[in-house]
Amino acid sequence: MGKTLAEKILSKKSASDACAGDIVIARVDLSFVQDTTGPLTVRQFQSGSFERLADPEKTALFFDHAAPSPNRQLSNDHLLLRQFARETGCPKYDVGSGVCHQVVAEALARPGDVVVGADSHTVTAGALGAFATGMGSSDVAIVFALGKTWLRVPESIKITLSGKFSRGVGAKDLVLQLIGIVGADGATYKALEFGGSGLANLNMSDRFTIANMAVEAGAKVGLFPTDKVAQDYLRSQGRPDHYQPLAADDDASYEKTINIDLGALEPMVAKPHQVDNVAPARELKGTKIEQVFIGTCTNGRLEDLAIAAGILKGKRRHPETRLIVAPASPKVLLEAIGAGYIKTLVEAGAIILPPGCGACLGLHQGVLADGESCLSTANRNFKGRMGNPEAFIYLGSPATAAATAITGQITDPREVM
Amino acid sequence: MLKGRAFKFGDNISTDHITPGRLAHLRSNLPELAKHVLEDADPTFASRVKAGDFIVAGSNFGLGSSREHAPLVIKMAGVSAILAKSVARIFFRNAINLGLPVLICDTDGINDGDELEVDLSKGTVNDISKGQKLTFGRLPDVMLKILDEGGLLPYIQKYGDFKL
Ligand code: SF4
Repeated sequence: MGKTLAEKILSKKSASDACAGDIVIARVDLSFVQDTTGPLTVRQFQSGSFERLADPEKTALFFDHAAPSPNRQLSNDHLLLRQFARETGCPKYDVGSGVCHQVVAEALARPGDVVVGADSHTVTAGALGAFATGMGSSDVAIVFALGKTWLRVPESIKITLSGKFSRGVGAKDLVLQLIGIVGADGATYKALEFGGSGLANLNMSDRFTIANMAVEAGAKVGLFPTDKVAQDYLRSQGRPDHYQPLAADDDASYEKTINIDLGALEPMVAKPHQVDNVAPARELKGTKIEQVFIGTCTNGRLEDLAIAAGILKGKRRHPETRLIVAPASPKVLLEAIGAGYIKTLVEAGAIILPPGCGACLGLHQGVLADGESCLSTANRNFKGRMGNPEAFIYLGSPATAAATAITGQITDPREVM
Repeated sequence: MLKGRAFKFGDNISTDHITPGRLAHLRSNLPELAKHVLEDADPTFASRVKAGDFIVAGSNFGLGSSREHAPLVIKMAGVSAILAKSVARIFFRNAINLGLPVLICDTDGINDGDELEVDLSKGTVNDISKGQKLTFGRLPDVMLKILDEGGLLPYIQKYGDFKL
């Protein structure tokens, strides 16, 4: 019997014949925490009386959720993490270095790796063919100490893509549609594995957006095979040696297959307060939006800012709609400056936040008022997510976000393009 | 044998309901954070829950973030087990890692306030208020062993490694 991508990677990393349903102990190639899960990881590590990391080079600490810190308590958490980095010799990506998942994508994750992060969107690196999954602080503390973890080999759901996106439609619309089909828990404990002829029409930014949101269907991992697109991406990030061809076997067995024609998709929006509560953007016309947020590990990449700038060029945001933009990494920010996107966005009335999570999780920088609505390019619209349980969050693509910023109400981007 | 009252919740209670991002500054002050447990789902929960009580939820409990603080503050509030139709993956692992039992069973018949008795070794829930008995699914062996040791850290401290 052939193997799925998940079975292949986990077989290799556990030196066993891993089949769906098996429990394996896998070597971990990269483990990391961020500044809101890291302090507990450090405390668990210390209370376990571990002194040394299994491999400092395979460990990373990110400062992205509260970057820069908005208050004393979080500043002290940062202090704790900096001290841990000093003591253990592991790399730290301090305030301003960008969202952990973006940095992992740009610089660290390799095809075939097992990546474990104390952050649920660790799944993002699945776009590069890494078995990347989120865990809690205790699990990651043990990976820090032992360099391995236990994993149940997931059953896989195959998502077969064909065709290509039509104008104004993109990866975010695809993944929202997919979550609408599968449901917020439809892939719990499972792997989503993407394939099909449509894959060639997805750039790496698209793939990161899709893999990033696999967890919103409950999935353990969202895996892509590697191809020329992945190879070119790794080369563009200055790490051509990290490329490795990776494909599932033709006779691998899947729990089910879902076929999606990219050409048949339209701009989609997830309505409050669940990600699987999706509807076409055009059906939500007239929904007033007080804040638009473009950024996050889902849609804060150069390609996303390019789309938003393309729509906002020569236009202004609606006078009653704030527009907040957070590039996912300094690299994205610099490239967006070079390409003129930042100028265009600021001229359109945008506030540019430092590279990081920004307004995504309601810590600071864009907390909503009671009764306000936000159209965000993030991955979650749970009640309270952006700092106020009395507010409403809609999720959409960068194109939908830009169009909405212009009109002040949810807008299908094709109307303003 | 665990004994306590049921606190009933619906489907899709996220980690943002349990311990929202806006309280991230309290994560190194757990007693303070625990005062807000489940605040965005039921603001009265923290003041009413007593040691031994149960959280009884619908499907997909604990979806969202990887923050282990979510099961941690639930445990600190005195909750002795979570009963749900299904539980999100990371939350499930986190709860077991902290020694907090998660029992998958059909919770539809249990009402808010019901007196429950849970027998972890037999895998049964006795709804005393209803006079009904339920069974729950067995955990995978690796999780059972971790739970038996009181969580992942004590497990690894005892065995020094994963022993499957
Ligand atoms: S951008 Fe948002 S979803 Fe992504 S890691 Fe940061 S807080 Fe989490």
